[in-house]
Amino acid sequence: MAERSFKKEAEKLRLGAGEEFHGEGILAVTKALLQSGVAYVAGYQGAPISHLMDVLTDSADILKELGVHFEHSASEATAAATLAASVNYPLRGAVTFKSTVGTNVASDALANLASGGVTGGALVIVGEDYGEGSSIMQERSHAFAMKSQIWLMDPRPNLPSIVKAVEDGFELSEVSRTPVMLELRIRACHVHGRFTAKDNVRPGFTLRQAMENPVRDTSRIVLPPASYLHEKEKIESRWPAAVRFIQERQLNEFFGEGSADIGIILQGGMYNTVARALEILALADAYGESRVPLYVMNVTYPLVDDEIKRFCAGKRAVLMVEEGQPDFIEQALHAILRKADLQTKVHGKDVLLKGGEYTGDVVLRGIRRFIEQTAPSLLPAVIPQIAAEPRQPKAPAIAAAETQVHPRPPSFCTGCPERPIFTAMKLVERELGPHHVSCDIGCHLFSILPPFNIGASTMGYGLGWAGAAALNDQNSSKRTISVMGDGGFWHNGLASGVGNAVFNQTDNVLVIVDNNYTAATGGQDIMSSKAENMLRKTQNSIESAVRGVGVTWVRPITHTYSIAKMRDVLKEALTTKVKGPKVIIAQSECMLNKQRRVRPLLRDAIKNGQRVVRERFGVDHDTCTGDHSCMRLSGCPSLSVKTNPDPLRKDPVATVLDSCVGCGLCGEVSHAAVLCPSFYRADIISNPTWWDRLVAGVRAKVIGFLQDRIERRLASAS
Amino acid sequence: MDSAAPAPKAISIAILAMGGEGGGVLADWLIDMAEHAGLYVQATSVPGVAQRTGATIYYVEIFPASAARQPVLALMPVPGDVDVVIASELMEAGRAIQRGLVTPARTTLIASTNRVYSMTERTAMADGRVDSGKLLDGAKAAAKRLLTANFAEIAEKSGSVISAALFGALAASDRLPFQRADFEAAVRRSGLGVEASLGAFAQAFAAATGGPAAKPDETASPQGLPANLHPAIAAFSAEARPTIEHGCARLIDYQDASYARLYLERLQRFSGNGRLLTEVARHLALWMSYEDIARVADLKIRRSRFDRVSEEVRAKDDQIVRIREYLHPRLQEIADAMPANLGRWLLRSWAGKLVQRLTTNGRTVETTSIGGFLLLYLTSGLRRIRPRSLRYQVEQVRIEAWLAEIRSVRDPDLALAIAECQQLVKGYGDTHTRGFANYEAVMAALPRIAGKPDAAERLSKLRQAALADDSGGKLKTATAELAP
Repeated sequence: MAERSFKKEAEKLRLGAGEEFHGEGILAVTKALLQSGVAYVAGYQGAPISHLMDVLTDSADILKELGVHFEHSASEATAAATLAASVNYPLRGAVTFKSTVGTNVASDALANLASGGVTGGALVIVGEDYGEGSSIMQERSHAFAMKSQIWLMDPRPNLPSIVKAVEDGFELSEVSRTPVMLELRIRACHVHGRFTAKDNVRPGFTLRQAMENPVRDTSRIVLPPASYLHEKEKIESRWPAAVRFIQERQLNEFFGEGSADIGIILQGGMYNTVARALEILALADAYGESRVPLYVMNVTYPLVDDEIKRFCAGKRAVLMVEEGQPDFIEQALHAILRKADLQTKVHGKDVLLKGGEYTGDVVLRGIRRFIEQTAPSLLPAVIPQIAAEPRQPKAPAIAAAETQVHPRPPSFCTGCPERPIFTAMKLVERELGPHHVSCDIGCHLFSILPPFNIGASTMGYGLGWAGAAALNDQNSSKRTISVMGDGGFWHNGLASGVGNAVFNQTDNVLVIVDNNYTAATGGQDIMSSKAENMLRKTQNSIESAVRGVGVTWVRPITHTYSIAKMRDVLKEALTTKVKGPKVIIAQSECMLNKQRRVRPLLRDAIKNGQRVVRERFGVDHDTCTGDHSCMRLSGCPSLSVKTNPDPLRKDPVATVLDSCVGCGLCGEVSHAAVLCPSFYRADIISNPTWWDRLVAGVRAKVIGFLQDRIERRLASAS
Repeated sequence: MDSAAPAPKAISIAILAMGGEGGGVLADWLIDMAEHAGLYVQATSVPGVAQRTGATIYYVEIFPASAARQPVLALMPVPGDVDVVIASELMEAGRAIQRGLVTPARTTLIASTNRVYSMTERTAMADGRVDSGKLLDGAKAAAKRLLTANFAEIAEKSGSVISAALFGALAASDRLPFQRADFEAAVRRSGLGVEASLGAFAQAFAAATGGPAAKPDETASPQGLPANLHPAIAAFSAEARPTIEHGCARLIDYQDASYARLYLERLQRFSGNGRLLTEVARHLALWMSYEDIARVADLKIRRSRFDRVSEEVRAKDDQIVRIREYLHPRLQEIADAMPANLGRWLLRSWAGKLVQRLTTNGRTVETTSIGGFLLLYLTSGLRRIRPRSLRYQVEQVRIEAWLAEIRSVRDPDLALAIAECQQLVKGYGDTHTRGFANYEAVMAALPRIAGKPDAAERLSKLRQAALADDSGGKLKTATAELAP
């Protein structure tokens, strides 16, 4: 099992009607699924929706009671294809992944699903990883919804609205025979709030009933002539059905109607930010009572033309608050008003940002500009300083402080087993010169940042080796190195990278980073995890898989911290006369998860009087050169600097912080790179045995005697 | 809370922390405290990859009115609209200021004065640390009210985590509509490490209102120099004397009193200029106490060092500590320690090749074992033959050349800049080889610089270029750019 427990959160899924749920947005979604009678859930973990998967993993008993099937999909494509169960059967299903990266992977299946349409409600919950803190390319899920005609919900970011969107989403899907995408931004996924729960509902139709009473309907399969029929259906029946449902059930909301002859149209997800901006401008109170009419699109695709026309009629101008680009909704707004011959002026990205996250500051200033241009009398006599322009000049002391702030890009954790792989690559680079390095997605991508600065490109999850496919000139004097994590390997890399390399007879090198988890997404188990997992079959060997698709040069390294070994195997792979694909499998357990697993065990062992040895590293400041080579080859958060205690030297010296987990890399590096002799490892023995004590006693006698002599010499010299 | 405000308004709190510092725990305590009091509270964060050591903001809004009607709370701070900013570290406080979250009209800033150094600061080849003073001054200028203390240290001393200390400081700020007891009750309800957390909480509560402590001055002279050195030292200017005393102490510790006398004799050539003398005294002592295997062994086996390690690794009295050194002496270092002729022979001979083969890998030596201790004890004895060793000869020639160079220029600033170039020569093994090569490259440029009005500045720039990257690329560019 993954090393973090979500049992406490899982208990919240049991809440019944009338009880109040307190917790994270993404957990509210999980609870809402169970309240909606979902029959199956699948997905691929990734921020910000990992917790949905994690909590369901720890809710096996609840899912069993309710008869809900839950899968950790092999990829987002698998997850999306899982929704095929809702094509022929009245089964409600939900899948989840990070977007847009996951939606990219899923889009083949999503397009097929959307073409044929569904019988049971099909919900695709996407965590929109956009703006601050995002780790992916800045794109919109909106485009996927438009291209496949999947309906897109973007509810107001409070728990009652999010829960309602899940429930409405299933119905909308069933009424319009179309999959529905529920888009949640990062902050909405992580927002802590509350809602009044309902009882969980067992699915009305079960997976077993479906399996025992198979149904087929060729008109639902994407093959001519049905595929032409699907397109016609989308336009003529599914779309109108969706628009009707959205209108009848009032999924979109109107606030402050009739209060002014201007208005704001916004994505539901933008609501709280807009409401706060209006509050600051004294145009709304803390409860959202607005003096500017608002049209909140909790469904951002399809648009409801009638609602837009009704809202804009009689208004001189509207502001479209639409995060991300291209400005699909704003463009559609222009078209709708033009066709209806309404003269309402449309503002949007002219007063807001063209791209990027719509933060509080951006929205506040955008709304102020919009109202200034269209209805200045609405604004207070004195614009609050925080919304005013130009901004106040900064005090010199503040400007000076700002120059002292460095960015803090993410990096490998303390004791991370992936760090030594890149340290070894650095050392090989010193000997053999630079090589083209193709990266993948995962923690190992931090290699592209200081201090390693290794890696030329990354083309997506599992695509590390595929990204070097073209660089396969057999006459080259240098080989390429590609990196792939165990997560990416099982996601698709086995076929897209390894299989491809075998088939196309590459002569290059792949390093598979095998740390027993999908570490970057929160430490979930995968195919090759070492742990026993009650729900899944783990312990499937990467080496066997690699050999199985035809690689013969395979070198597993079971302890990545052995820098010399890592370095030598890399050198061998880069220089061997043997032709053909070369795969190094670098295996060591993710330290973050290892510590989660081991720490409580050690604590208990010490408490119970057992002998426990804790290892940690240290630096002798008097032999430390203050050159910090060790840090340039490591970057470990526990290896830091401190003021030099030596009155003669000014450069700060290295120091090992107490967070050190004793992984051993510091010592290995100082050996392999011939650094200064300052590093030591201390073994701290708790509850020593009588033998430990005896040995220590004898040693203390002998060493103490000699240390006395040293002290006498030093005393006599001065 | 300003109760005179006409309409109820959310209290906004931004917490800036790094992954793993417990910013989330702090937010959870706040949520629990507010919900326990029946208030609406909302909290968000954007952890993402920031979990892995990056900077994270947790944002909490508490609605101070009773929970009859649900307010609309924001999911992110609007710059200028934040009541309390909590920074777990000084550069993070700077980041909050940079993002405009701290404003003099409104914001109470709670900042821990400890530093968690950034990658840039840590990987610099010399001193890349930013100026904490500037960060503090900025914090003073930006905040309506500033509460600072080293909350990390407070937490550590209480055996707790910084979030507990920061929570105590937040209680002390009196900025939220809760009493101290409410804060403490929230910590108790969380149920994990309660006593330690409450200890840190109480310490921080007291410290937050006290302001930053004054730093002790560390220029005290060393004790117990031999009496026969006193007259020679007393002849130097008062400004340079503390440094010279430290230099003497270092060289006695390194070799013996007569080596310290050699040091003083060398310094007498610079007795005029106080500032130059101080810097030469500092750098000369460092150069003369160059690191060799005898010195390393000597420093590793002392009792004071054993005690220091035990303290650093926080060993308790009932625990046993074993220390293992990571050493990698190579042929060069071994030859260096031998008498000069023997050393030179070794470097050329078959025996050298053998030694080389035996020393391709590093060694670990357990100093706390009798065998390991004896090995280092005997190695440290090479100190006695040091004055006849190969390395000694080489280094004394280099030192004299450097001193002569300093004396040869008339420009006092340039002389100082030459003295400072010793900074490049440091360490052991590869680091020393690279450093000395840089030193030579910089000194080789000296004839092209000397006599120019900005000679000192140019030389310092070269020295800094040598410290800018360890591939030597910047230095090469900088020397190439020098006018012929």
